[in-house]
Amino acid sequence: MDKEYVGFAALPNQLHRKSVKKGFDFTLMVAGESGLGKSTLINSLFLTNLYEDRQVPDAGARTTQTLTIERRGVEIEEGGIKVKLTLVDTPGFGDSVDCSNCWLPVVRFIEEQFEQYLRDESGLNRKNIQDSRVHCCLYFISPFGRGLRPLDVAFLRAVHEKVNIIPVIGKADALMPRETQVLKQKIRDQLKEEEINIYQFPECDSDEDEEFKKQNEEMKGSIPFAVVGSCEVVRDGGTRPVRGRRYSWGTVEVENPHHCDFLNLRRMLVQTHLQDLKEVTHDLLYEGYRARCLQSLARPGARDRTSRSKLSRQSATEIPLPMLPLADTEKLIREKDEELRRMQEMLEKMQAQMQQSQAQSEQSDSL
Amino acid sequence: MSFFPDQQPTQFINPETPGYVGFANLPNQVHRKSVKKGFEFTLMVVGESGLGKSTLINSLFLTDLYPERIIPGAAEKIERTVQIEASTVEIEERGVKLRLTVVDTPGYGDAINCRDCFKTIISYIDEQFERYLHDESGLNRRHIIDNRVHCCFYFISPFGHGLKPLDVAFMKAIHNKVNIVPVIAKADTLTLKERERLKKRILDEIEEHSIKIYHLPDAESDEDEDFKEQTRLLKASIPFSVVGSNQLIEAKGKKVRGRLYPWGVVEVENPEHNDFLKLRTMLITHMQDLQEVTQDLHYENFRSERLKRGGRKVENEDMNKDQILLEKEAELRRMQEMIARMQAQMQMQMQGGDSDSGTLGHHV
Repeated sequence: MDKEYVGFAALPNQLHRKSVKKGFDFTLMVAGESGLGKSTLINSLFLTNLYEDRQVPDAGARTTQTLTIERRGVEIEEGGIKVKLTLVDTPGFGDSVDCSNCWLPVVRFIEEQFEQYLRDESGLNRKNIQDSRVHCCLYFISPFGRGLRPLDVAFLRAVHEKVNIIPVIGKADALMPRETQVLKQKIRDQLKEEEINIYQFPECDSDEDEEFKKQNEEMKGSIPFAVVGSCEVVRDGGTRPVRGRRYSWGTVEVENPHHCDFLNLRRMLVQTHLQDLKEVTHDLLYEGYRARCLQSLARPGARDRTSRSKLSRQSATEIPLPMLPLADTEKLIREKDEELRRMQEMLEKMQAQMQQSQAQSEQSDSL
Repeated sequence: MSFFPDQQPTQFINPETPGYVGFANLPNQVHRKSVKKGFEFTLMVVGESGLGKSTLINSLFLTDLYPERIIPGAAEKIERTVQIEASTVEIEERGVKLRLTVVDTPGYGDAINCRDCFKTIISYIDEQFERYLHDESGLNRRHIIDNRVHCCFYFISPFGHGLKPLDVAFMKAIHNKVNIVPVIAKADTLTLKERERLKKRILDEIEEHSIKIYHLPDAESDEDEDFKEQTRLLKASIPFSVVGSNQLIEAKGKKVRGRLYPWGVVEVENPEHNDFLKLRTMLITHMQDLQEVTQDLHYENFRSERLKRGGRKVENEDMNKDQILLEKEAELRRMQEMIARMQAQMQMQMQGGDSDSGTLGHHV
């Protein structure tokens, strides 16, 4: 006798068809110092030219530039699947002589997206909520830095509870294979030491085949990904044309797994874990933000404190920012400046009051 | 008139060449003396961590100036200020002794806020000038040790799109005190096209910001053609883009110093791969000139500034800060008094009702 068959085994197919119709949207943030090949890598990853007319500012302009957040959108279609990709760029990060707090605009941006979503979710018309939340942040680490630099640590600690971080070593063709291994291990050790939570690629399902499991383990082991990007196709004599960088001593092939981890990154980011990144953003990071928000609303005392000054807002959102140790006299000068400012405000208030009472008495006199 | 009254005045004649005095031999005497005395040269290296400064120095002089290095982790780097580490080696080659001092600046560019990065470096350079000035003005001038910085290799990252704001700020702060030789580090990450573009960009920015780097002197007209050509080539390659390595790799049947990648071998001493040989040639050929420019230009600048100030020491930054602190405290006290007065007035107002308007025109 045939097993009884209800038919819900076909549900995944229905979901599949719906999602193909609906299309996917994904917001990817790239962050890191200038010159680490971020734009080239994005173009290589998605085989587009998102950064066509770039004007890179010179050192003079960069001295005065503050960090800006730039959004670029592109619609990519492949095999009938439509993806609306939004790229968030952070030009100016790490450029200035004084980079203190240069990560704050980024943190604010991520939180603003959460806030927008929270408002939309709590609103009346919830049919077409636009999800502009940042689903993933590719953080570029310099291959020269011998590990994470103080700025890297500060940035990662500020955003790791708000966005999925995938650390990436940029321009990895600067490193020989052994140097790459040493650097990766150093970064992994530092991430653990600083208690930074990067995106954890989930384990394979137990019903996948051995080959796939092995591949997955290998990919997980190669984090942070050491990548090389290129928008140029190199045509060497007899071999087929490849994307690469041609040097006098040889050619680096972007898609050669012995040369760099580009393929791994593309596979994990686009082919296998795009959906998971979105889910983790929604179920874990966004829910965390929402819980904190609701909690602060429930305690009005806490709310008042947050509106008073910038300093306490930072502590309310629990960002452990590393404060640089200032020289003692510098600290004293700053404290005195604060005091002076407060007294100035008090003075102005009192003056206003006195003028008001004077005006009132004049009025009463003239009546 | 003769100095020795009992001698006949004689004509000095060299038996071999009539009319030959013998001055032509003087350079040889100088040469012999300098070989005996030896040379001393102080080279400063500045640049962010990880740009291969130590490896390059070891490659240049074929020595190991940095045997037991401990590289600090990120957490330690946050707290550290820039330090000055000077190491000296005596190298000898064909009987000529060179006392080389390399001044390293670990911590430069590491911190999140690099505003005070170069204060330590500038005070070090000034201190050496100060010491030389002091020795020069002293009684015993036989053995003055010249610790002045003769040359500064400034390492630029190959990744930037030119100079970074920190690079510009630093070079402008020291270009009147030391000969700057800009160097593009780890150049094996640049393709030929990228290298040319970066060099041009850096030169444009140096000119734009009026930074004075060390200019190689033109070859004298009486030098041979080869030397003239070499000088021309050197001048055209500035800033030098270098690769350093102390590992021996097997390439094309022989052992060379280089870096072994899966896609090929970069040879340090191959002029088609990078400008290492050019940098070494420039340094050796122009070592004397670098010292002269330091003496005749930078040191004299420093000396005339110092003498103008009349021998007073440079104002201490800390003293300034203490002064500022005192001023601010005085201002605070004044404001507190003012507030107290206004409070008293308001009290009177509230109590009185018809106050004398004379005291109300009291503006801050």
